[in-house]
Amino acid sequence: MDMLAGKVKMTAQTVDAAMNAAINPAANLAQLVDRPIRLTARDVTVHYGAKQALHGISIDIPDRAVTAFIGPSGCGKSTFLRCINRMNDTIEGARVGGTILLDGENIYDPDLDVVELRARVGMVFQKPNPFPKSIYDNVAYGARIHGLARNKTDLDEIVVSSLRKAGLFEEVKDRLNEPGTGLSGGQQQRLCIARAIAVGPEVILMDEPCSALDPIATAIIEELIDELRENYTIVIVTHSMQQAARVSQRTAFFHLGNLIEQGVTEDIFTNPVNKQTQDYIMGRIG
Amino acid sequence: MTDTTLSAAERRKLVRDGLARRHLNERLFRTFGIVAICLALGFVALLFTDVLRKGIPAFTQSNLHLEVTFDPELLKIDAAPVRAAGQSDADFRSARLGWERQVAMLNWNTIIEAGLRDAAPAGFEIESRQLLTISESDARHRIRQLFVNDPDLLGQTISVDLLASANTDNWIKGNINRDLGDAQQQLSAPARALIDIFEQDGTITQGFAWSLFTNVDSRSAPASAGLLGALMGTFWMMLIVIVLAVPIGVGSAIYLEEFAPKSRLTDLIEVNINNLAAVPSIVFGLLGAAVFINWFRLPLSAPLAGGLVLTLMTLPTIIIATRAALKGVSPALRQAALGMGASRTQMVFHHVLPVTFPSILTATIIGVAQAMGETAPLLLIGMNAFVASVPGTPIEQATALPVQIYLWQGNENRNFFEARTSAAILVLLGFMITLNAIAIFLRSRLEKRA
Amino acid sequence: MSTFIVAGLLLVLLGLAYQLGWSKSRALSTPQGVRVHSRGQYHGALVALWTLVPAVLVLGVWAFFSPGVTHWYTVSQIPADVLASLDQVGLNQQMQRIRDLASGFGVTGELRTFEEAAGQNLARFQLLSFLIMLAAAAGLGVLGLTFARRRINPRLRARNEVERAISWGLIACSAVAILTTMGIVASLVTEAFRFFTYINPLDFFFGTVWAPKFSSTGAGDAGQYGLLPLLTGTLMISAIAMLVAVPVGLMTAIYLNQYAHANLRKVVKPIIEILAGIPTIVYGFFALVTVGPFLRDFGNTIGLSISATSALTAGLVMGVMIIPFISSLSDDILNQVPRTLRDGAYGLGATQSETIRNVLLPAALPGIVGAFLLAVSRAIGETMIVVLAAGNAPILRGNPLEPVSTITVSIVNQLTGDTDFTGPQSLVAFALGLTLFIMTLCLNIVALYIVRRFREQYE
Repeated sequence: MDMLAGKVKMTAQTVDAAMNAAINPAANLAQLVDRPIRLTARDVTVHYGAKQALHGISIDIPDRAVTAFIGPSGCGKSTFLRCINRMNDTIEGARVGGTILLDGENIYDPDLDVVELRARVGMVFQKPNPFPKSIYDNVAYGARIHGLARNKTDLDEIVVSSLRKAGLFEEVKDRLNEPGTGLSGGQQQRLCIARAIAVGPEVILMDEPCSALDPIATAIIEELIDELRENYTIVIVTHSMQQAARVSQRTAFFHLGNLIEQGVTEDIFTNPVNKQTQDYIMGRIG
Repeated sequence: MTDTTLSAAERRKLVRDGLARRHLNERLFRTFGIVAICLALGFVALLFTDVLRKGIPAFTQSNLHLEVTFDPELLKIDAAPVRAAGQSDADFRSARLGWERQVAMLNWNTIIEAGLRDAAPAGFEIESRQLLTISESDARHRIRQLFVNDPDLLGQTISVDLLASANTDNWIKGNINRDLGDAQQQLSAPARALIDIFEQDGTITQGFAWSLFTNVDSRSAPASAGLLGALMGTFWMMLIVIVLAVPIGVGSAIYLEEFAPKSRLTDLIEVNINNLAAVPSIVFGLLGAAVFINWFRLPLSAPLAGGLVLTLMTLPTIIIATRAALKGVSPALRQAALGMGASRTQMVFHHVLPVTFPSILTATIIGVAQAMGETAPLLLIGMNAFVASVPGTPIEQATALPVQIYLWQGNENRNFFEARTSAAILVLLGFMITLNAIAIFLRSRLEKRA
Repeated sequence: MSTFIVAGLLLVLLGLAYQLGWSKSRALSTPQGVRVHSRGQYHGALVALWTLVPAVLVLGVWAFFSPGVTHWYTVSQIPADVLASLDQVGLNQQMQRIRDLASGFGVTGELRTFEEAAGQNLARFQLLSFLIMLAAAAGLGVLGLTFARRRINPRLRARNEVERAISWGLIACSAVAILTTMGIVASLVTEAFRFFTYINPLDFFFGTVWAPKFSSTGAGDAGQYGLLPLLTGTLMISAIAMLVAVPVGLMTAIYLNQYAHANLRKVVKPIIEILAGIPTIVYGFFALVTVGPFLRDFGNTIGLSISATSALTAGLVMGVMIIPFISSLSDDILNQVPRTLRDGAYGLGATQSETIRNVLLPAALPGIVGAFLLAVSRAIGETMIVVLAAGNAPILRGNPLEPVSTITVSIVNQLTGDTDFTGPQSLVAFALGLTLFIMTLCLNIVALYIVRRFREQYE
């Protein structure tokens, strides 16, 4: 623990530099120099029953930037994403090893409250999953359970500002009491993003948020992610390399449960070091 | 950090403040769940221990070992008629019946009484009527039947095993409070004393109550009341259910699932079947009473009518389960069969049906088990009549196992019949558990193979 | 004996027909190498069908008419003067004697002159009619066989014809379920209608006194048949049952579905389902001899007067019976709520119970309401528990600690052992049955509709 904590106390720059030196010495450091590290994963493994899904993943994720996980389906990118807010706890038979530090705190510490963790690390899912409640109640839900609003006015404010940040307010302001399931797919997904923002998370995990959407809705969401980057640490899993290139600043490539390569997005796409990354980007695997 | 009024640190504090309360709620909720499960399991345990506790003693019964003498002094009777040459069937039968009537007129209790007196210690003072309360009242029929079967017994002494009376059995098993006064006791004081002596010297012993399975129901002789008639009645009904409900149910499911055009009519049939499955069983009884008994004039109290009613009740179960099984067959198998040039009928009967066979079997077993335990509709078609014979065909009067339970629980001799009823329940539950275990076994075998 | 002859004949005909059809089909295809449309089995089956159907039709007609014809013939053998002197019982005895003579069993007593001739004639008549029937069945069967066999040619679509016959058979099977419903409705409506010719429907549906008199106790006054005491009893018991079953069943389902480890689930679920397999008569006995006395004694210790047989006793035990029904239906429904919804709530930091209460249950609500309605329908139609444990006191009152009576109990009381359906005493059972049927039908239709809509929503 002490050693890890010490590592986190190092300046972000040194960690970043060290990582890049190890993996990708040619990385363009300038772009990320001012970003402190928010999340540090070391040697994370996941087993589902007897099957090992992740083999020793180590990665650092910088604050207020978008990190994309790419890789062919079944490569473990979503599994790793779900480790970051301990969603794997809800799957029977799943075991997670290794450490993940959020601001220097081990999130797998037995004393850590997973409820509190998830309030800090929000998540948006592959398929839009609004609750069978009104639009207002969907957004207000997180704030309500966590007791973030002292009164109705507070709650209204949280709902409105979250919807605004998700770029949905103008579209739904007249029908806040209608069911969230009545919205279009893209709107539903933005509703889910608003729902996640309403809790005031520090990190937002997005698990292929656009895979169920049409291109126009996808474009809107991508724009939204770019805006949210100002305020949040965002980790996005995507199967689309174009999307990763468009929205992310850093990219990690997963294959068969291993983290093959990570670095500044531009470098990964223009100048991959690893043969497998090359193959994937050229469309030869996946 | 954001434009809302709270900073990240404030927010975290708010979340933390609520945690204790929320986790308490979580634990409470979880406890409710555990309590609910414990209640449900507790009910199962309570019900089974209660029935077992009450029923198991009824599987043993007091037997009376006596030496009885077919004393010619007591039995004044002609020799049994022998068939003369050229005598017609009818004439011989009437002669024989005449002799049997004579035999029946004899007071066979005198033989038993003599046997009991012999077994009692010399000089034991007891009245005849009190003495006879020790043995079951139908013991005389047994002795008589021995004689009818073998008239040569006249003058001989044989040892027989007779059933002790229900009161004797209760006294020995301690079901009767021994401290009660004479006025409240079913058995007289000398009889009670003699029973205790008999128990000491081995004249009365406890044995497995075979009579429960080999005898028919009896009102006058509770200790010899058995389930054989009810078991046979249930057997006939289940036979009818299996023979009719399975082919009709499976055929109907195949038609609806595989052949019927998807139309309003088939929708209606589907709704109709689902509703039929939820119609109270007693309504089927009314149907049976009005249609089978009153219009078609089927015999009252017969397993035929009962079996038909239970068939109609079981049909929806089998249809629904079979349809579910057919739905579960992968489209790939169907397409493969059709792609090979099989007709729709060939596809269904050669490929789809064999795959679903285990599920259909399971559904059938569960349906039959359900039908086996059904009581209410049978009451309405007269199957609660008292029947003291074994039905040899499905159109003879009969009763059924659950109905027998209903009849026994209402018997005035509560003290004795509470145990008998519990024993009958155990027999019924034994059948049900066996059937369900077979169903579960088949299902797990099926799942392993799939 | 004759049954075996007929069955044997049919089997022989059937085998022969199949064989003949099959061999002719084979003969067509092998030497000449002609392409035959259908395979041999189908030709065989088709010929067998053509043979079987006419033969069975003849047998059916015979089975239907022969008792009447034999009866008529036997009567005709008795001389007119003797016949005139006989009453119904005497006629039956006379006919039995003739039948006994015909069967060779013989009779006791003196033979009257006409009896011997009549016996012989009857024996001859029976044999003859049996043989004629047999010949007719066999003849028609053979006729069908030859016709079908003549039809066999390479282009005959035997398979299609056999399949059409099969599908007609299957349609007949499906018709049974519909006929059952129609039979239920027809018998309940006609008999209930007959009841309403005795008793005004308003007095039945809104009457507050249930006091049927049995016809033997005095003609004229049929008694009073007010439904309300029975209806309140039924509803009271059902309400108590649901109060027991819904919380326990629902929480059991939730715990097993959401919290329990797979191993615990594997053990507990079947044990609870045992409760569903126990016959209701067993519950009734349990209520009568164990639960009722326990409640009475318990009431005594806390100074409350509880009858051993009461709405409470019956309701409690019925609730136990319904637990597995609620829990397994709710379990199915919870399984159908998509996982993504749960993940959504967890992802926001909801605790497990918050997820269940705020997201899962609202999403599953329609389905659970459907299950609830089905359970209510089952409770009001349940018979044996209430027959044994409710106390059979058809009095309009609201105290669940007292004996009550229900619709089902009264059906059993009014109809048991009585099937002549002549007076309102027994016919009222059908009016009660109709009421019960309509109540449960409405509940079932609404419930099944809700459940179906719920399934479609998440499919």
